[in-house]
Amino acid sequence: MADLSCNLAGIHSPNPFWVASGPPANTAYQCHRAFEAGWGGLVWKTIGEPIVNVSSRYSSLDLYGNRMVGLNNIELISDRSIETNFREIKECKKRWPQRAIIASLMADTRENWHEMMQRSLDSGADGVELNFGCPHGMCERGMGSAVGQNPDVMEKIVGWVMEVAQIPVIVKLTPNVADITRPARAAKKGGANAISLINTINSITQVNLDTMCAEPSVGGRSAHGGYCGPAVKPIALNMVHSCAMDPEVGLPISGIGGISNWKDAAEFIALGSTSVQVCTAIMHYGFRIVEDMIDGLNDFLDAKGMKSVNDLRGLAVQSVQKWETLDLHYKRMARIDYDKCIGCNLCYIACEDGAHQAIAMVSPNGQGLGPGRLPGKSIPKIKEEACVGCNLCALVCPVEKCITMVDISTGLDPMSWEEYQVRLASGKMKAIPAHD
Amino acid sequence: MPLKAKTRRDAMQDIAPRYHPQEASVEAHRCLYCFDAPCIMACPTGIDIPGFIKKIATGNLVGSARVILESNILGASCARVCPTEVLCEGACVMLDRDEKPIKIGRLQRYATDAFGEQKANPFLKKMKPNGKKVALVGGGPASLGCAAELVRLGYQTTVFEKDMEPGGLNRYGIAYYKMPPEVVQREVKLIRDLGVEFRTQTEVGKDVPVEKLRKEYDAVFLGVGLGRTHRLGIPGEEKGGVVEALEFIRLIHTKPLHEISVGKRVAVIGCGNTAIDAVTQAKRLGAKEAIILYRRGEENMSAYPYEYQLAKKDGCGFIFHTAPVEVLGDKRVTGLRMIRTRTGKDGKAEIVPGSEFEEPFDMVIKALGQEKQTSIWKKLIPELKFDVAGRIECDRRTGQTSVAKVFSGGDAVNGGREVVNAVADGKKAAHGIHAMLSGKPVSGPLQASRLGHRDGAKGSGFLQPIRVPDLEAAYNRERNGKLHG
Repeated sequence: MADLSCNLAGIHSPNPFWVASGPPANTAYQCHRAFEAGWGGLVWKTIGEPIVNVSSRYSSLDLYGNRMVGLNNIELISDRSIETNFREIKECKKRWPQRAIIASLMADTRENWHEMMQRSLDSGADGVELNFGCPHGMCERGMGSAVGQNPDVMEKIVGWVMEVAQIPVIVKLTPNVADITRPARAAKKGGANAISLINTINSITQVNLDTMCAEPSVGGRSAHGGYCGPAVKPIALNMVHSCAMDPEVGLPISGIGGISNWKDAAEFIALGSTSVQVCTAIMHYGFRIVEDMIDGLNDFLDAKGMKSVNDLRGLAVQSVQKWETLDLHYKRMARIDYDKCIGCNLCYIACEDGAHQAIAMVSPNGQGLGPGRLPGKSIPKIKEEACVGCNLCALVCPVEKCITMVDISTGLDPMSWEEYQVRLASGKMKAIPAHD
Repeated sequence: MPLKAKTRRDAMQDIAPRYHPQEASVEAHRCLYCFDAPCIMACPTGIDIPGFIKKIATGNLVGSARVILESNILGASCARVCPTEVLCEGACVMLDRDEKPIKIGRLQRYATDAFGEQKANPFLKKMKPNGKKVALVGGGPASLGCAAELVRLGYQTTVFEKDMEPGGLNRYGIAYYKMPPEVVQREVKLIRDLGVEFRTQTEVGKDVPVEKLRKEYDAVFLGVGLGRTHRLGIPGEEKGGVVEALEFIRLIHTKPLHEISVGKRVAVIGCGNTAIDAVTQAKRLGAKEAIILYRRGEENMSAYPYEYQLAKKDGCGFIFHTAPVEVLGDKRVTGLRMIRTRTGKDGKAEIVPGSEFEEPFDMVIKALGQEKQTSIWKKLIPELKFDVAGRIECDRRTGQTSVAKVFSGGDAVNGGREVVNAVADGKKAAHGIHAMLSGKPVSGPLQASRLGHRDGAKGSGFLQPIRVPDLEAAYNRERNGKLHG
């Protein structure tokens, strides 16, 4: 059993799995249920001056028969009073002293921020998360992503908070910016102890083609919302990595964005996250999913011989570098295992129409019966001279390990684009000829 | 005592009901959308199967039906009666991934049913009338397939049908729980809307002379199917209560279900797919016992395995290696005298001497296959040539018979196969007729899912259908060869 406990800027939790600030973290009742299920921490639904919500709040992206691949919401921060929220935090913290409870906060004036910090401290919360990310409803009032998108304002507000902070402060970042490291650096300059990312992405999931109204429809009118769920994971991973790589950020990270299982979590941790936060997957399946997250991560760490989840943190960060450092002499090629091939020809048509015309349909002679059990039916064959090793065929192949990408030795020393430019400029080599 | 009408109606309900939208969506999404898919090669009409399934997945049901009907105008019927296990579904690549094949038949039904309920035009383009006329004899699947293809190529087509309604065996000869009349009526309406003229209750050779057709039309297509059920050839066959399977099934399709008389103990003689249709319907309509008698063994029956399973599930009985020798009773059947048989050295069934026995039955249904109509047509068109089995001889690629301007297809030519084979024959004959009359070959429909799609349906199941049993055999040969070689 590996040690799953984590410490994010002084916030301790028995495992890195936190319920993210959102609908599942709205009440003491939900908090109790989450901790009973095994969650290591919970970031309370953002507390601020209570708002009024609309009815009809979520809409989803469903894909190829799978529900809620992406989720969009137009719900605002907590609609409960500040007093109720802090009273319940106190109650939960008393019952679950070992679990992390983080108060998510949103305020406007310096005085109000100070007051919220004091209330958080009084409630016994382990830390606070500043919501500078909410992309709808609050930003119009000068809060949420209106702050997160303006590094100068953010730095100033973080500064106000830090003036009185006695517990760790996490700044939650909005992804609705061109360069995520700018607000992250601002958080650092403002004195924050950690960052969490990503908040939701501006989105419209779908248009109802009968009513010509986007979803979710609030009596025939809609508004853009915040996008989350499995579909945003790749975007979140990239932003987490950007912050982890940037020496000017240098803050512990709580990773958020489409995490549904232990594998997703492990990837966020490998790219530099200390804890991870989950919301949409809980909204889909309930708090029970954490059981497999704990179990799966444990087994994975054991299998890899890692004693602690901390050993995993950041292991893949250095694997992602600038494109110009990649080896231009590296070569890989697709190989088809004809014993596994079922003859769907998806590799053929994907390569033919969508890539590099590097697969031919040829007679199965010499390859036995051929796929699909059809005698004489042509089979896909890699044209080695044309294959650029793009991976597309392997990606579309519906049979596991049927198409594998194998390394091909070119006999050449590695050469990055940067080096290539140097060699070209110095006349040490001629330009690599263009493709036909 | 027959059961009450409501119970009978329930008993004759659809055995494979239409998918709900979500079921269809889930199943359609399972399809890998193969390119140049084996299922297309296994479909005798060459339907672009992944193409129509993809459209179900996107919610484009009219477009999906259009893809189906483009290749097979009787797509709705075939969706219900095709032996998909040995055709498209039997060739599905999912089987090679050790998974269940895509339920192509049920998806096809889903799309064609949805289409049938809308007033959409199945075909986007139509050729201009070319002034040429074709007469089609018989209103069954072969003629319907041929006429629909011809009318779309610009021909004026007239179908002569001796029965009350067109449709042939689709209308009158398939188990009700698979094929209610509305399905066929809808298909006929669709074909009529395309511009095909139907002259029902008009028997060629009786109400209209063949010579008149040959003179007045540029071509004649014989989609005449087969004739009556073979006789038992045993004493007492004419007694009351002895009926032909197709007559029995026809009644079910033409009379209210509560008016159909069914015996308490019913014997069905024969073990093909029609015998199964008869025995299951007898049971569902209230027979206490419905039993198949077959002179050979389980392994020899021509019924498909899933049909056999259905009959067993319905509680029908099977007595193998037994042949009837006499129908007992006064005016009405009261039983059968039968004799045991065994498989002889030559592989044929032979009787076991001294093994006669009697069983009480109050209804006997003969399902011994249909007779050829050789003698009738020899009289009507003396030059028409037949093969040794009595089938009309023709070029299987074009349907051209030995007589100029006369084409044929369907059961009359193939001796009795599936609806889908008849439609394919009809289509081929339509292309043959068009080639003859226009001097130009027909280019097949473009199928975006196919390799070399500019060649139309070339290489698809339309021209050279593969049969799954053949595939299995080839597969086994190959594997054995590999093992020993």
